[in-house]
Amino acid sequence: MKPVDFRLTDRPIDPSALLAGLADTRAGACATFEGRVRDQNDGRAVGSLDYEAFAPLAEKEGGRIVGEAREKFHVIGALCVHRTGSVALGDISVWIAVTAEHRGAAFDACRYIIDEIKARLPIWKKEHYAGGASEWINCAARGPGGDPPAPARKMK
Amino acid sequence: MKKTLRLRYFAILREQRGLDEEAFTTGSSTAAEVYEELRALHKFTLPSERLRVAVNGDFAPWSAAILDGDALAFLPPVAGG
Repeated sequence: MKPVDFRLTDRPIDPSALLAGLADTRAGACATFEGRVRDQNDGRAVGSLDYEAFAPLAEKEGGRIVGEAREKFHVIGALCVHRTGSVALGDISVWIAVTAEHRGAAFDACRYIIDEIKARLPIWKKEHYAGGASEWINCAARGPGGDPPAPARKMK
Repeated sequence: MKKTLRLRYFAILREQRGLDEEAFTTGSSTAAEVYEELRALHKFTLPSERLRVAVNGDFAPWSAAILDGDALAFLPPVAGG
């Protein structure tokens, strides 16, 4: 039976439990990525986030993305879990792990999965700010040139 | 010919519509026409170029022909991760 490579959960993500499921003595590398809820965005203090998903399609598309990573890179195991519902500051919103014989494939596949998740997964994020305001991210009616506001974020 | 569709809304569209699903009877023949009809009715702020549409549970082009009983979901710009 094909393993389930992608899941949504409305519960806190526990990396140690998930990693145990990827144990494989053929793997010389395991790359993980944690997306966490940050306390500010574009200069506004963030208090919490809500994620809303179109669950059946998110699971389908998430499974496709992880499947593509398996095809493109020499992956042994791969898993991605994304939160739904209310997620507190500092908590994990998305978790990805890839095992491979060597580190290159593990890093590359992990990066591929998070980039595609951000671009394609039908899931939406509402930020709640200090003071009570809230906003759906990427959904402003107008940005520069009619496009959504450019994400002016630095990689850390 | 009139057809009755099942519609789902998410995130900002759900809030602007004030509900997450409904039945909708229309003479429109494509997903794009359905959205333009709804946008005029409900004053949705986002143009279809900013959205994707799913028909019967999977992504579809806006030009997709719509049949009686189809389920359409309107998907605002995504923000996972």
